[in-house]
Amino acid sequence: MLTKRIIPCLDIKEGRTVKGTNFVDLRDAGDPVELGALYAQQGADELVFLDITATVDDRKTLVNLVREVARHVNIPFTVGGGISSIADVSALLNAGADKVSINSSAVRRPELVDELALAFGSQCIIVAIDTRFEPAAGQDFVHTHGGRRITELKTLEWAREVENRGAGEILLTSMDADGTKAGFACDLTARISSAASIPIIASGGAGTMEHFTEVFTTGKADAGLAASIFHFKEIEILALKNYLATQGIPMRI
Amino acid sequence: MEIAIIKYNAGNVASVMYALDRIGQKYQLTDDHEQIKKADKVIFPGVGEASTAMAYLKEKGLDEVIKGLKQPVLATCIGMQLLCKHSEEGNVDCIGVFDVEVKKFISKDLKIPHVGWNSIVQKGENPLMKGLKEEEFVYFVHSFYAPVNQYTTAVCEYEQPFSAMLHKDNFYAAQFHAEISGKAGEQILKNFLAL
Repeated sequence: MLTKRIIPCLDIKEGRTVKGTNFVDLRDAGDPVELGALYAQQGADELVFLDITATVDDRKTLVNLVREVARHVNIPFTVGGGISSIADVSALLNAGADKVSINSSAVRRPELVDELALAFGSQCIIVAIDTRFEPAAGQDFVHTHGGRRITELKTLEWAREVENRGAGEILLTSMDADGTKAGFACDLTARISSAASIPIIASGGAGTMEHFTEVFTTGKADAGLAASIFHFKEIEILALKNYLATQGIPMRI
Repeated sequence: MEIAIIKYNAGNVASVMYALDRIGQKYQLTDDHEQIKKADKVIFPGVGEASTAMAYLKEKGLDEVIKGLKQPVLATCIGMQLLCKHSEEGNVDCIGVFDVEVKKFISKDLKIPHVGWNSIVQKGENPLMKGLKEEEFVYFVHSFYAPVNQYTTAVCEYEQPFSAMLHKDNFYAAQFHAEISGKAGEQILKNFLAL
């Protein structure tokens, strides 16, 4: 049976993980390779590395980092942040990334999704959608720049569009839920997941193990992504997966 | 032992190379006919689109080279599909080691592509699953599949049962990505290297 996936997300700046971690058993808590390998060993199903810087020098650092991660990690991993061309994707995949995630660049130029899917196959193209509810309009809209800038794109329509253009998965981050630890945006996730025929990775709001149960059941998500709760060991991956298995969620353990 | 990884235009070769690095196995990435023929074992990896990959293999004469190999060959993902007779993806005739038709997943309820960790169950003899649990999780990413057939040595289920692994003579094939399938994937690669 196809399992639901648990995906830790690591933010990368200048080749190092940021936002901090609480792993006493690491030699260097800032080393993304070491942290990624540890998560893999603990049962993470995939990893996501998000590069939050974008200078040319940092891109080279990122490619080198991807190579090191690929050497040391035996599960699939995705790289995102600042990707806007076939050349960017080519460099990351050649270095050993399994998938890439694009966000603002797809909003700016939607044809990029078609081009990347054609060049590399849909299976390695994730479109990340940052979304926020606009009370005035009573609707969810796609945001860029870390959720600060609203676009004209309605979230559900954009999800359908990127699927049609060849995205292989959608990484859906609710900016309303992100950082609250009050639970995933299950209603929104369920609506997007029902409308799309590609897998949905839900992100934003994870605070407890029960939140993951909710996002996989009522939220209809195919994968759950979180960062700080894993980095600060508020929830350990293996314990989470064991718990979800007892709740009847299919898990790889 | 000389291991040749076939170099062609279907991506994801880096993951296979690094997986072999992790288990301490040297290899050569090559499209040279003679080098491939004289290798002790050959790995035929890949992700991509079947008709594009097939056209490239033909242009380089690699389809005939692969078909004529006598040493153990491990084909993964699109590599496995290309060893079949025909694929619905781009409606293309493939290498034809396995007399099998590759079909597209069609489902109203399930997400396509089939992405993630799914369990495989051994069917008949399968030396590549030696040392693994009877049911083992491995990582899949694909929209096309080989139905269960006479060559099937492991079965996975997604909407319906399909071939997770195939075997005929010296040809071994896996639909999943052993190279990024954690410890189970490593064991499968080691088993292939130990053949």
